[in-house]
Amino acid sequence: MSENSLGGKVTGVNGNMVSVAFTDRVTQNEVAYVVTGDKARLKSEVIRVRGREADIQVFESTAGVKIGDDVEFTGQMLSVELGPGLLQQVYDGLQNPLPELARQAGYFLKRGLYVYPLDREKAWDYTPVAKVGDTLRAGDTVGTVPEGIFTHRIMLPFAWDGEWKITWAIGAGSHPITTVVAKASNGAEEREITMVQTWPVKIPITSYQEKLLPREPLVTQVRIIDTFFPVAKGGAFCTPGPFGAGKTVLQHSLSQRSEVDIVIVAACGERAGEVVEILREFPHLEDPRTGRHLIDRTIIICNTSSMPVAAREASIYTSVTLAEYYRQMGLSVLLLADSTSRWAQALREVSGRLEEIPGEEAFPAYLESLVASFYERAGLVLLNDGNQGSITICGAVSPAGGNFEEPVTQATLKVVGSFLALSRDRANARRYPAIHPLDSWSKYNSLVAQDKVQEARAMLRAGHEVDQMMKVVGEEGTPTSDFVTYLKSEFIDSVYLQQNTFDKVDSSCGAKRQEYVFDKLLGVLRKSFNFPGKNEARAYFQHLRQRFLDWNYAAWESEAFQEAEAKIDEMLASQA
Amino acid sequence: MRKIYHRIIQISGNVITVEAENVANGELAEVKSDRGTSLAQVIRLDKGRVFLQVFAGSRGISTDSEVRFLGRPMRVSGSEALLGRIFTGNGSPRDKGPSLEENMLDIGGPSVNPANRIIPRTMIRTGLPMIDIFNTLVESQKLPIFSVAGEPYNELLARVAMQAEVDMIVLGGMGLKHDDYLYFKETLDSHGALSRTIMFIHTAADPIVECLLVPDLALAVAEYFATEKSKRVLVLLTDMTNFCDALKEIAITMEQIPSNRGYPGDLYSQLAARYEKAVDFETAGSITILAVTTMPGDDVTHPVPDNTGYITEGQFYLVNGRIEPFGSLSRLKQQVNSETRADHRALMDNMIRLYAEFKEALEKQSMGFRMSDWDQKLLKYGALFEKRMMDLSVNIPLEEALNLGWKTMAECFQPAETGIKTDLVKQFWPKDKG
Repeated sequence: MSENSLGGKVTGVNGNMVSVAFTDRVTQNEVAYVVTGDKARLKSEVIRVRGREADIQVFESTAGVKIGDDVEFTGQMLSVELGPGLLQQVYDGLQNPLPELARQAGYFLKRGLYVYPLDREKAWDYTPVAKVGDTLRAGDTVGTVPEGIFTHRIMLPFAWDGEWKITWAIGAGSHPITTVVAKASNGAEEREITMVQTWPVKIPITSYQEKLLPREPLVTQVRIIDTFFPVAKGGAFCTPGPFGAGKTVLQHSLSQRSEVDIVIVAACGERAGEVVEILREFPHLEDPRTGRHLIDRTIIICNTSSMPVAAREASIYTSVTLAEYYRQMGLSVLLLADSTSRWAQALREVSGRLEEIPGEEAFPAYLESLVASFYERAGLVLLNDGNQGSITICGAVSPAGGNFEEPVTQATLKVVGSFLALSRDRANARRYPAIHPLDSWSKYNSLVAQDKVQEARAMLRAGHEVDQMMKVVGEEGTPTSDFVTYLKSEFIDSVYLQQNTFDKVDSSCGAKRQEYVFDKLLGVLRKSFNFPGKNEARAYFQHLRQRFLDWNYAAWESEAFQEAEAKIDEMLASQA
Repeated sequence: MRKIYHRIIQISGNVITVEAENVANGELAEVKSDRGTSLAQVIRLDKGRVFLQVFAGSRGISTDSEVRFLGRPMRVSGSEALLGRIFTGNGSPRDKGPSLEENMLDIGGPSVNPANRIIPRTMIRTGLPMIDIFNTLVESQKLPIFSVAGEPYNELLARVAMQAEVDMIVLGGMGLKHDDYLYFKETLDSHGALSRTIMFIHTAADPIVECLLVPDLALAVAEYFATEKSKRVLVLLTDMTNFCDALKEIAITMEQIPSNRGYPGDLYSQLAARYEKAVDFETAGSITILAVTTMPGDDVTHPVPDNTGYITEGQFYLVNGRIEPFGSLSRLKQQVNSETRADHRALMDNMIRLYAEFKEALEKQSMGFRMSDWDQKLLKYGALFEKRMMDLSVNIPLEEALNLGWKTMAECFQPAETGIKTDLVKQFWPKDKG
């Protein structure tokens, strides 16, 4: 390090927190490197400045760091690279491609090893869009390259203020991402544009006209979500639940079957084994919407529980920034963050080391505002070119002891539009997906007309009340009419709310099918039955359930589907 | 020769502070007092002050005790000579053998790159039907045994250590009663399993700081054998709640702000750093972790079992000397139990379902209701199931255990009453009973 560059010396080490006496100036949230005795450069971020001393959190183990070690400040905030080639990638929380790290370092992660997020060699077929003389603003398209099935837009860097006139543009051709493809001037200076730009992860990209109200449902193909607790494209929802309630299985299902353009999976502080399934299976699973492989529309950000905790904090921001980048191209993006509680715990660890005054359960007092600003990066936006792009955020929450009163769940509930409460009781009863039909709620529009959904929900509630009463007075003391109400609510549960994610057909229930099946279900709920006794009623519904399940397992509009439907109709007709 | 420091400026709990220069975070030191010499590890640096966690505790350390920094982190030897040996929580021999200095490895090394992991694929046979049939243990799995004090969890671990089909065992004992340590030693010895075992034992009487090192020592050694020697290693840890309590103690001494019931905010990360060492290497061996977690007050929402449950791939509940069929779960069993035998999954599901019905019948009986014929059959079945399948002192191969399952059902039910698919019944239902 030369004498006059920005630098400092280590004055203290406490876990992953390092104090630095700096010589010149530092910027909040800028990236710094701690240089250890064995010349390892440990990436860090400035998180507090007091007097002539800065506290930086190190994204690696601080073992071996000594008082007096050099620290280099970069002047850049923690940023990601944006450009073609992000899809299919598996990154750590700091956007290092993990397969490339594995190639260079072997089985284990190596401290201080950082590689380019995007391939510098690979050539892309570039087609210019903006011509010399055109005036562009940040986020406007300069050119395009094909990335799988998508047309990847090369945009005027989001950080450039004001209007820029193109002064030079390259012709169509095959180039690596670092090639200068255009030059632009704002009158005062001329800058070069390449296919790659960087953006600080903790600042939202706002190169759009306005945010719109999300209305269009995001079809997840999960019946209980799409019909009862829907999610909108551009909305935010959360799936809190205790361990063993099926959070991860639900997230996997969403990542595979949601009808969106791009899926970003942020495995934040969870088991590495769970990511491995995505990692190993997505390259082989077919995306039914495009016929390509699922991995072609997926980015995985993987900072699992045993990886450094500060990078876990960054991973959430990294993933949402990548989501914003693809949103700017007019695409719909689904961000699955599993789990936001681990992110909050990372914030808590940092806060503890800074010796800040703790809030509830020792989480920092600013937890709520950070959670809110994360979910607020979801949204449907009207882009400068008139197209719309959206980010939908699904945050898994892992409440301690499965208790939803804890701070992270509560902070999340304030800012999401749909709450899918996963219940241990339902999971124990093998009622999957274990989303609780009475505790959950959604503010978004359903695929099915609202009054019809209300009717079914009313039946569920009524059935639940009868069930509670039966626990006291027994089946004998319950009138048959009430008992039928109970059977109807159980019927909704078993044939509609429950869904087998491991079955090829039942796992994916498209929008049309849901509307169709729901009407049939409603027919059953509205029908009045005259059973001589409870045993007959129970037998009838058991039988009807079996036929409905067969129907669920038959492919949409197949022969088997029609046959199964005919059998149901026949049974319903038999009860005049 | 490194400089020796004589001025200890603070002694608090097991942490001492000295003023020293050129000291690295995580480095080891030797602290010499009238009571003898102990290792200590640097846990915090603040300007000229160095905070050291003294392994043997701070009792007897005086302000002029000698501190000599060793310039290296905590290490353990990686060599075949470890097999059959027993060490303490600071890595020194607990048996009468020599201390080992060959091929020293840093403990608490980096995490495995997730991109290098593979989908688990190999079952570990334990000879216990309750595990093999119902909650199959899989290579690279991390699984806790949730239990309470008084339950025979150490007996279960010892049995698994003797019977599990793996290449070697690394046993990490934390806060172990000395009797339990001797029990492990004698049981493994008498079954000839000691020679494939390496033990790191911290007993309840040993200094608390050494308790913290046990999982890291055990896992560093396991990693060595898995990567360098391609061994399939089973790591047994007991009791992780003692490890967490030791973490709590140190955190409070260091004046960290506690998060939940006094435990430090990084409890989850600390546990995950250990449990996530479980891995199956594509071109080498594997590490599987079976760990005891006693639940204070039998409360699964206590921070220790709660955080553990979020990290591990399932859990066994050990209740009344049995692995509880409900609640116990091996998340990875689906990866392997379709390839063991055609009837495995069907038998697993239906035997548990029938056992659940037996529990209901039992409840009816205890409330004085009249027992139907079906209830009588269930009662018979339940008793046989508990005797044959839930016994944790047996060693039966999986195939024999499955056959025993069919025999038990055949003694109690007609084939149609079991709810098993017809083709499986045809193939497996005992001929003399069908």
